[in-house]
This record gives sequence, structure tokens and C-alpha cells, in this order.
Amino acid sequence: MSTPFYVSPEQLMKDRADFARKGIARGRSVVVVQYADGVLFASENPSQALHKVSEIYDRIAFAAVGRYNEFENLRIAGVRLADMRGYSYDRRDVTGRGLANAYAQTLGTIFSSGGEKPYEVELFVAEVGDDATGDQIYRLTYDGQVADEHGYAVMGGATETVTGYLAERYEDGLDLDAALRLAVAALGHSDSDDRVIAPGDLEVAVLDRTRSRQRKFSRLAEARLVAILGATPPTPPASAEPSAAPASPDDDPPIAPPVS
Amino acid sequence: MTGELTGHGRLPAAFLSPGTSSFTEFLSREAPDLLPAGRALPPGQAGDLAPHGTTIVALAFPGGVLLGGDRRATMGNLIASRDIEKVFSTDEYSAAGIAGTAGLAVEMVRLFRVELEHYEKIEGSPLSLDGKANRLSALIRGNLGMAMQGLAVVPLFVGYDLAHAGGRIFSYDVTGGRYEETGYHAVGSGSLFARGSLKKLYRPDLDETGAAMVALQALYDAADDDSATGGPDLTRRIFPILHVITAEGGHTLADDIVSDLADQVIAGRMGRPDGPVAPLAVRGGADSEGGAS
Repeated sequence: MSTPFYVSPEQLMKDRADFARKGIARGRSVVVVQYADGVLFASENPSQALHKVSEIYDRIAFAAVGRYNEFENLRIAGVRLADMRGYSYDRRDVTGRGLANAYAQTLGTIFSSGGEKPYEVELFVAEVGDDATGDQIYRLTYDGQVADEHGYAVMGGATETVTGYLAERYEDGLDLDAALRLAVAALGHSDSDDRVIAPGDLEVAVLDRTRSRQRKFSRLAEARLVAILGATPPTPPASAEPSAAPASPDDDPPIAPPVS
Repeated sequence: MTGELTGHGRLPAAFLSPGTSSFTEFLSREAPDLLPAGRALPPGQAGDLAPHGTTIVALAFPGGVLLGGDRRATMGNLIASRDIEKVFSTDEYSAAGIAGTAGLAVEMVRLFRVELEHYEKIEGSPLSLDGKANRLSALIRGNLGMAMQGLAVVPLFVGYDLAHAGGRIFSYDVTGGRYEETGYHAVGSGSLFARGSLKKLYRPDLDETGAAMVALQALYDAADDDSATGGPDLTRRIFPILHVITAEGGHTLADDIVSDLADQVIAGRMGRPDGPVAPLAVRGGADSEGGAS
């Protein structure tokens, strides 16, 4: 009589995590940066139709990396949950925390249930408050873990490099232009070189607390991006990188944040 | 449904299943008790149980459209409210004014607003203006049973059509029939008088302020002859709500602007209570205004 192979729970979970992680790492990064008037999302995404960053509710937005069909499903579920909650109670009763909880439960259950393939996605749920202290950024991983992020956060492909770049240069209270330049420079940064991403290949959206409408989410159109970033020339943070030491990737010298 | 709303546990399968972009359809599957149309009334007339909203006027002008409503709600011979708001922005480029059973109408507009926003968020682009007008039709049709028991809701829907670069007006009947109006329209108990007034005062070349003035005059005329329509309340400084939609989006006119215009209307009526005089005969073209030839 044949005995089924024994797989330890640790190994099972590790395999599932590796599977999900591999799928996520294939995609490009999404960067979220807090700035003076709200929260900015930026991603390299040449598609004008398949969004990685979307509106969920008045003050809540969603960003995702990984498999499109899976995070699109989660996004639609989030919109449905938020609209239903806002319709049955009040618009103010829809919170980012509630949504992040629902996503965490969903991802966690799917990850640990044997029957379903784990979702290969990572999500940001961000909510903009009346002032900077009220801003919330939640980062959700494929296994349902929730982390509360402050200032900036990165998910997707080259997370460590981009996070390192932001860690050195991010400061509180940036204005929109500076935050955008920083986010785009971070997306183009890799260990070997700094690329300049064309404005047409960027997807940028903000939750702007100064917007007079109830819905604080807005996308920055290409024309606006060109106006802020310039058409093609590299942006200041990229040029602050000394050109002398490109060869050694891992020991980046500590560089002062850009003055601009 | 309570489990879905309290935020414990994973999202229900229905939320994650692909399907409709319509919030109403989603509700009718998942939480039909939340839909205004999902309720059955015991037989009998219920029309006198709840307050009624009264007169709404709308007029298009070059570059936009204006929607205005008086502030009165009545219950039989009682004034149920003197500062009710019956004009609602439904999204950036559309607005609805409501006449009929106030409670149901406000709920319907609230649902309609979520419906438009839900579609826009899920599809990534807003509905066309005709699409919006048709969705409102469907909501009104769902209320037909209650309308037959005296709880009718009759909205007036306006919007700026980005595809045609102009303002448009839609009126409805209780069966959900949708009719596009040219130039101007009014609904509600005072609409007979408001429409007569609009007919004489409306010109297609009005600007935004002119359109606001015509709307105030029409509402004044409606209040003058219909007891259920509220006139300008001078002691409490309560004036009609006017909502303007242009290519830049919609906004409700600020209180001080409306009260200035209303004061002008009242000052004019002090001299001539029946309001501005229309010329007896139109000479040469539509734009002659009874002045010296």
C-alpha cells in the first residue's frame, strides 16, 4: 500500500510563499510617498487602460502589483464593499482600516487554504486624512499580513533597491512636485544605473486632501507629469548620484538627501 | 449582510465574482433589503403619511445648464419643512432635483449617486449622459408599485454632456418614461405656474446669472400661486437652491449670490408684484425684448 508523501507544514507554507513571491517579483514596482497635501502613488505602467492604482472611495485608494486578474478582482470587491458600507451607513463610515482588514482576511484565508492557489499580489490601501498625521498607508502581502507604513513604501520587483533609495532621500512635508520627482527617480533606480522613465510610461495618482470635491483621488495626466518632470532630461535626484562609483552595487555611499 | 458590513472575515465570494458594474444590480443580488424597490407595502393609500417636495425648475443656457428648487416640503396642509434641499449633485457633470414623496426621492437620489460613482470606479470611465438618464429611469420604474399607492417620485435630471458640449434636461413620469426637454422644464406641484413663467422669460442666449434670475422668477411665480411651493423666506433668509453645471463641472451657487439675486427679484416685485412684463408681440426675431425699435 502506498503512503502519501509527508510534507511538513513549514515546507508547505514555504513552497506557497515562494510561489507567490516569485510571481510578484516579476512585475515592476509601485511606490507610495506621503507628501504635504496627501499621498502619491507612482508606478511604471505603459498601459493607459490597465491601472495599477485606482480609486476605492472618497479618501481611499488602492495600488497593487502582481497578477492583474487577481488584484482586479480584489479591487472590484473593495469598491463594492466600500460603496455598500457607505450606502447603508454614511460616507464617513468607510475607512481604510476596515478595507485593509477585509483584504487581509481574504488573502490570509486563500493563502492558508489547501484548495486555492495563493494570490500572487501585494496591495497598498491608503487613506488620506484631514492633515498629514491622519494619513494611513497599509501594505498587504500575499499571505494576508498587514503592515502600517509611514512616509514611503515600495512593493513589487526591485523592492530593496528602491526602498534604499527612498530611505536615503525621503523627508517629511515634501510638496507634490518634489515627491513626484523623488518617486519617479526611485522607480528608475537600480543597482547598476539610473534610468529616466518617460512620462508616458508612468501611472501617477494622488489622494489630495486639498481637493475641493468629496472624492480626493485624482490621476495626474501625462501633460501634468511633463510639466513637473520635464520632457526627457534627468531629474535632480538622479543627477545627485555621483557618477564615479557605479561599479560597486551593494555599498552605496550614504548620500545626503537632495537639497531641492 | 451584517457580516459583510462589520468587516470581520474574508470578503464574500459574491464580492469577488466578476460581473456587473451596476451597484443596484449588485445590491439586488446581495442585499435586496437595501433597495427602495425591494419593499412591499400593505394595500391602501399611503400618500398622506410623508412629506412631499414641490417645485423644481431647470433651464439650459449656452455652455451649461441650471437646476433650481424651492425649499418647502408639505404634508397635507402642513409645512413639513421650510429648508429642505431637493436639488442634489449626482456626480461632477449631473444633478437631479426631486418632486414627490421626499423620503423615497432622497433615498433614490442617494442610490443613483452611488450607482454613477460605482460604475465610474469599476469601469474606469463615467457613464454617458444618456446612460445616466436611463439608469435613473430604471430606478423610477422600480418604484411604480409605491407610486400607485400615492408615494410617487418624479425627478428632473440635468447634466452637461461632454460629448455634445452642452447642457441637457430630462424629465420623467412615474412609469420611468424618460423625455428630453428643450430649453427649460419644471416638475412638481407648482410646475404649471413655473413653466408658464419660464415660457415668457426664457431666452436661449442667457448667461449663468441670467439663467439663475429666470429660475428665481419662475420659482417666485410658482410660490405665488401654489400653496405647496415655498417663496423666498425674507425673515429667515432661506432662498432656493440653484445648481449650475458647465464644462468645468457642477457647483451649487453660494448663499450670498443667490440671496443677492433673490433680493433683486423681490425689489422688482415690490413695484410690480406679477413680475417682469413680456412683450405683446415678437417682432423681427426671437431676441427683441419689447424695447424701442
